[in-house]
Amino acid sequence: MPLELSHSEILRYSRHLLIPEVGLSGQRKLKAASALIIGTGGLGSPVSLYLAAAGVGRIGLVDYDVVDFSNLQRQVIHATSGLGSLKVESARDRMLDINPDIRVDTYNEPFTSDNAVRIAQDYDILIDGTDNFATRYLTNDLCVLLGKPNVYGSIYRFDGQVSVFDARYGPCYRCLFPEPPPPGLVPSCAEGGVLGVLPGTIGTIQATEALKILLGIGEPLIGRLLLYNALDMSFDFVKLRKNPQCKVCGLDPEVTELIDYEEFCGVPGYDLEKGSVGGDWDITAEQLADKLEHGDQIRLLDVREPHELEISHLDGATVIPLGQLAARLSELDSAEEMVVLCKSGTRSARALELLVSAGFRKVKNLEGGINAWAEEIDPSLPIY
Amino acid sequence: MPSLRIPTPLRTYTNGQSEVALGGRTVSEAMSDLVAQYPNLKQHIFNGQGSLRPFVNLFLGEENVKDLGGLDTPLEENDRMLLIPSIAGGSN
Repeated sequence: MPLELSHSEILRYSRHLLIPEVGLSGQRKLKAASALIIGTGGLGSPVSLYLAAAGVGRIGLVDYDVVDFSNLQRQVIHATSGLGSLKVESARDRMLDINPDIRVDTYNEPFTSDNAVRIAQDYDILIDGTDNFATRYLTNDLCVLLGKPNVYGSIYRFDGQVSVFDARYGPCYRCLFPEPPPPGLVPSCAEGGVLGVLPGTIGTIQATEALKILLGIGEPLIGRLLLYNALDMSFDFVKLRKNPQCKVCGLDPEVTELIDYEEFCGVPGYDLEKGSVGGDWDITAEQLADKLEHGDQIRLLDVREPHELEISHLDGATVIPLGQLAARLSELDSAEEMVVLCKSGTRSARALELLVSAGFRKVKNLEGGINAWAEEIDPSLPIY
Repeated sequence: MPSLRIPTPLRTYTNGQSEVALGGRTVSEAMSDLVAQYPNLKQHIFNGQGSLRPFVNLFLGEENVKDLGGLDTPLEENDRMLLIPSIAGGSN
């Protein structure tokens, strides 16, 4: 039931009320509407700022992280003064500062198969601003099963993708990508980087689509995928079609309830995010420093990209970027003791897997990468 | 010659090239030319059986080649293809 607007709300939204496609009835629709934003980071920042400003009556925020210094280059809803605070609280405070007439509900918890239905069931629309495949497939399947639109956005370096997946009227994310890539093959923004303004461009397009759907105006991006490249300043559109064999929205779906998405995405038993492989395969920065001090002969293998070496490097390390490692194994000697390193231990864990599968046994992964070395052993090196 | 647009995550394997010209009268022939020019790209696009991996899509113009004739789809001189991989970034 659309709600009435107060005089102050009429003034606040006057630029909306002047547009015939929105008008008073549209603004009342927004006030009665609700949107759940999964992730309060790069994409979630512009989405939550604009939906709050636009007067979406109830906005939910799901995240379980705290504001970190390295977030501020792109996560514009957070501020230096909010470092260390919960992201959902930092974002809520900013949104209510912009617009105290809306309601913001926060869910400071990981979004999982156990809580997703409880959190999402009362919202009209979901906006996917996550940073990993497991949560993306979860968000997709949840929207298919609950019959809700999923405003999808994804970014990497200079590339962005946007679409609206609504299985009632078109394809879902799984129709396009039936399976995720194996873990580690596609680098995350934490490893590969991202232009700070890119999530701004993609997130504002997501916010636009969300508002259009809530207002019931225009042509939503259903059945179309927008591909944006900031370097070329190119926008390409392609058509997406429903896949009759889709495992969640096809004619004979296999997935009829939420599954274990970490397993589906092959998230390994070890914690890639923490940059450790587990078992005896890890070596800490301190252990490595001891060994080097005792004169142990250890080959250091740095699998980062050449431009990262300008930020920090260890003297004498052999440099082979992860992408070239498989083709350059002959440059390495499996009889040598070797420690593999990268920025934070994620790519080196992947490199270690590759080396072990190629028969290398005397290899270890520098847990936490060169950043851990900078933190624990050599403070003259920056952390990035 | 038909061309293929390479997204940034895969440009590491094409010496930074964003658009590559490919010889061939079908999508399959063009893809053979692609992996001949850039062998490191192969494992990221194709599985062991030579079909596209499930997290990579190939579009000809606006259409997914899966919705056309698959890898046998014929190519015209000025056709433009897009390679679309799944990317996950967004939050952190």
